[in-house]
Amino acid sequence: MVNKVMSNKWFIILYLFPAFFLVAVLIFIPLLLTGYYGLMDWDGIGEMEFIGLENYINVVQDPRFWESAAHSFLLALFSTLSLAIYLAIAMILASKIKGADLLRKIYLIPMLLSSVAIAQLWIKVYNPSNGMLNTVLHWFGVENPPLWLADPNIVLYSIFIPILWQYAGFYILIYFAALKNIPDTIVEAAKIDGASPLQVALQIKLPLIMGVVKVTIVLAIVGSLKYFDLIYVMTGGGPNGASEVMASYMYKLAFSNNDFGYGSSVGFMLLLITLLVTIIVRKFTASKEEIQY
Amino acid sequence: MKKFKWLSAFLILLLGSLLLFACSEDGEGDEEVGSSEDDEVIEFMHLWPEGSSAQHYRIVNEIIEDFEEEHPNKTVDLQVYSNEQYKDQITVLSSANELPDVGMTWAAGYMEPFVSGNMFAELDDMLDEGLRDEFVAGTLEAFELDGVSYGLPLELNTTYVFYNKNIFDEHGLEKPDTYEDLQEIISVLNENNVEPISLGNRDRWTGSMWYMYFADRIGGSDVLTEAINGERSFEDPALVEAAEKVQEMVTNDSFNSGFNGMANEEASSMFMNDQAAMYMIATWDLPNFTTNEDIPQEFRDSVDYFKFPTVEGSGDTNSFVGGPGVGLFVSENSEVKDAALEFSSFFIQEWGERSVTEAGVIPGTIVDGESLDLPDMYVEVLEDLENATNLTLYADVQMSAGVADRHLELIQALFGLEITAEEFAEEHENALSEE
Repeated sequence: MVNKVMSNKWFIILYLFPAFFLVAVLIFIPLLLTGYYGLMDWDGIGEMEFIGLENYINVVQDPRFWESAAHSFLLALFSTLSLAIYLAIAMILASKIKGADLLRKIYLIPMLLSSVAIAQLWIKVYNPSNGMLNTVLHWFGVENPPLWLADPNIVLYSIFIPILWQYAGFYILIYFAALKNIPDTIVEAAKIDGASPLQVALQIKLPLIMGVVKVTIVLAIVGSLKYFDLIYVMTGGGPNGASEVMASYMYKLAFSNNDFGYGSSVGFMLLLITLLVTIIVRKFTASKEEIQY
Repeated sequence: MKKFKWLSAFLILLLGSLLLFACSEDGEGDEEVGSSEDDEVIEFMHLWPEGSSAQHYRIVNEIIEDFEEEHPNKTVDLQVYSNEQYKDQITVLSSANELPDVGMTWAAGYMEPFVSGNMFAELDDMLDEGLRDEFVAGTLEAFELDGVSYGLPLELNTTYVFYNKNIFDEHGLEKPDTYEDLQEIISVLNENNVEPISLGNRDRWTGSMWYMYFADRIGGSDVLTEAINGERSFEDPALVEAAEKVQEMVTNDSFNSGFNGMANEEASSMFMNDQAAMYMIATWDLPNFTTNEDIPQEFRDSVDYFKFPTVEGSGDTNSFVGGPGVGLFVSENSEVKDAALEFSSFFIQEWGERSVTEAGVIPGTIVDGESLDLPDMYVEVLEDLENATNLTLYADVQMSAGVADRHLELIQALFGLEITAEEFAEEHENALSEE
């Protein structure tokens, strides 16, 4: 009876419809609308005027856009590289050391904080005269400690640190769960065969969780490319555009400059770039065979 | 099987009707408001929530009560948002052509798209009925476009340099009359390891005020406004010199370190915690220096202000940088436009005295400070306003949104010594001519 119901295509449609409806209305239609608004000269308030591809042509030629894109890609690079550190931490945690449970929870705390709270916290840490970081540097005799958020040469890296810190717990949790799934027997067998802990980690455990690692790489890259919140709160893209990323540039154009048409076209470009990068990364990390324990 | 068909038909019907219901609810609600003929409902939206602006919120409610008492068949329907939410909300509502009957707007550049989109009603007829004389000279103009008024200013702010008397006394300093005096003060403070001026230039308009004052003192009160309007080049020697003066201040360590990465709130708290001797801000912060009970009495007693000094002998200290904050607009497409105009006029007349005595607002309408029970600093500021020879509207408010953003970025670069004064002027000229 149940199978008969489930094979009735009307029922399949009925059950899929609510989710499909919501996804379409909330995601795909606005997405297409954004692309469409990108074809307009529109201040967000008055009449729209159709101007064809002018906005998109301008985006491609806009040095500010490519500069912010470069910052986004730099963030993506750093996020991907930092995955190696998270993986190492997860491996240590999963190797049944004392207090692993407590440490795992500590690492997860940043994820429980809201981005705005993290931003406020790090603004205090980075305060040039009485922030925690520069006070410590003073103790060590540093005369002119860096102006973390004011110096255009280092502001980008100053912001990367809290961003990476914020997501550390998330990736460690994922790796930890994946590592816990590896049957002990495999590790035991390797040890009996005389493998060193490093060999166990790199040649046994890593290949076995490669599928998860690939997923986290995609997550890290996509998440970085569309990253917005900490940067918006901490510097607003400043000083003078030194920490602007694609999403904050889009927001600025649409909401501060009242140029919704151009902002929309930047948003749509952001989507295209993210999509393209995702496809490329998926291609490079496509697994040929499924892992079976 | 048949049973399931019935069930599915029923479910689809249920789902459909739910959707229809959800969609139609809003529409019906609106009609109810508009269709009642005898009683008129005026929708009013403002940006002073009870939590963060308790006094403002209360005054508005009192005025509404009085209005409803005088006009029994008119009710005011109130919606309140906080500042940023308000901006988003008004943008969204205007694109759906559903602005409230009366609401709040900022001056000049901000309201331009609304006016060109025909969203705001012209207010000149109403002003000519006598209301025009109630306003401080120059405030209404900020809400004019092409000579037509679209907004009724509620607040008026001028910018001063506030200073900490205790720190000044400690080092035997007196408030400066000239820029050279100010330089002297700064070097004395630096020698004694006191931060001279706190500045939060992440917000950028804070630095812009310093630049504007230099431009005003060096080139006279019209030079910047004329450059923004395109009647004069931004590469005018006076404007370049103003930029050079800013960089001179930076190289002399006049500001706290890392100011380009600090928000205005941080700079303000530095000043209020005696960590810096001076702080430039507009009069909206006056309550913090006079009546605000949350700030220690000791600090409030130690604050005084001076007008921006003359620079190399030139400049008029009675010329101010400042401008009106928010003003009231009436929606052009309002269904109860006459009632909305009546309400906004009533509101303006009631607002002035109440706002200054109860909320510490310097209102856009003329108020006699002497006759009211006000802190000395308020009386002085109101007096300064009477004697003001000029009020230059904040540069970023005067400019259109795109140019304003470029200006603010350049301000940050100028203060960060990333560009020279000449480049600063040249980039402005480019941005203004691209428009």
